[in-house]
Amino acid sequence: MKKNKPVLTVKDLNVVLGEQKIIQNLNFTVHEQDVLVILGPNGAGKTTLLRALLGLVPHTGIITWNKKKIRYLPPQELINKKTLLPLSVREFFSFKNISPRKITSRIKQVGLKKSILDKPLEHLSTGQFQRMLIAWALLDNPDVLLFDEPTAGIDIGGEETIYSLLHKIWKEKKLTIILVTHHVHVVWEHASSVLCMNKKLLCHGAPEKTLTKKVIEQTYGVGAKLYDHRHSV
Amino acid sequence: MIIDILSNQQFLWAALIGASVGAVAGYIGSLMLTKRMALMGGALGHLTLPGVALGLLYGFDISLGALGCLLIGIFFIWILERMTKLPFEATTAVVFTTFLATAFLFLPHEETHAALLGDISKINFSVALIGTVLSILVFAIISFAYKKFVLIGISHDLAQVEGINATRYNFIYLLCIALVVALGVRIIGGLMTASLVAIPAATSKNLSRSLKQYALLSGLFGGFSCVLGVFVATAANIPVGPSIILWSALFFAVSLFFRKS
Repeated sequence: MKKNKPVLTVKDLNVVLGEQKIIQNLNFTVHEQDVLVILGPNGAGKTTLLRALLGLVPHTGIITWNKKKIRYLPPQELINKKTLLPLSVREFFSFKNISPRKITSRIKQVGLKKSILDKPLEHLSTGQFQRMLIAWALLDNPDVLLFDEPTAGIDIGGEETIYSLLHKIWKEKKLTIILVTHHVHVVWEHASSVLCMNKKLLCHGAPEKTLTKKVIEQTYGVGAKLYDHRHSV
Repeated sequence: MIIDILSNQQFLWAALIGASVGAVAGYIGSLMLTKRMALMGGALGHLTLPGVALGLLYGFDISLGALGCLLIGIFFIWILERMTKLPFEATTAVVFTTFLATAFLFLPHEETHAALLGDISKINFSVALIGTVLSILVFAIISFAYKKFVLIGISHDLAQVEGINATRYNFIYLLCIALVVALGVRIIGGLMTASLVAIPAATSKNLSRSLKQYALLSGLFGGFSCVLGVFVATAANIPVGPSIILWSALFFAVSLFFRKS
């Protein structure tokens, strides 16, 4: 299959926080309209990688983006703060200075009702909250979306709906998506490429070629299992 | 008696500076609550005390002394945190207690009460005017970028990705807090400045359903508590700081019965 143009090229990326090496010598490329899933156990440096890609943590190496509109969603950080303020969904969206019509259309696109705009953030369920964040990210018509564990805290049914929604949006908008998760099944159902890491790069490429039992065990430790239940895309 | 107090110029100037400083402290407090910084107001109040003591000893403006001490104290907290990688609260605790202890070494005994619990007897027209103008200035700066401050408070990373220079805004925000605390110390004293920023915002949070309401009510409760506190302190000849705080706490207690969330 012919590859699209590169969107992101990472060369010799290293992140050191204090005296700890969080990421070591990472090299990879992401192409237009890729869905790259980043896999790894807790503490593997996945979140730090996303933050480094956005220039939010000090790093060495070269990170080259060929697109300008990149949006990042750290859902967990936001959910933990949703009770701190009496903030309505409409007010949250007003931080962006975008027309109310466009906001309503994005809200509907992610499967929420218009009436949710008047609800305080703290009254939203986790699933509604994640959908709202996806709508927030889509408002600027981004070229690339970065997600960090978008379904943590959601039950299995809700989790699948969020991934299906992302898949639908990816198809409609021809986006590039980079997604951090520790759910291996997401790779089989939605990814065009996969990157496994545990501080260092352990695998990178098309899932069916890359994600072998050996690689999974290397990433998560012996005993981890490989469930292949690929759906037709 | 009420008319006597209301026509007393001393009361009017104190009420004017109280209303403006109280309102802007409540308003900025609404942001401090978002960043879980409400208790910082107290630590900063304690940092001002050597400056207040020097002001009382040598007869210069206590807010000026307070502001000088705050800036030095914040610098020490920042540099210690960078040097030691200790948590922010730990370096703050080290610095503010050291400042507090130093202040008590040379704070004149007869002035302790005024420095800790507030004093409005020295407030005249020019002090009230300067305090009010500075409060309006801080209010203008904060309200101009209120939404940006909120977004940074919710998620530093998200704000950065949206193109907001969070480090620069945090610096402006800290300077505004320092100025408000320096002004507040004059009225409420150095002991309980946390109340000036924390209680009105907490009351308002109980009653509000939107950010607009929350910001507005925080300012209103802050301003009203100060005016009522100054009035009762003048009428009953009690220390002004506790009087303001007890009004503020009363509003908070009432708000518990009308909670929206």
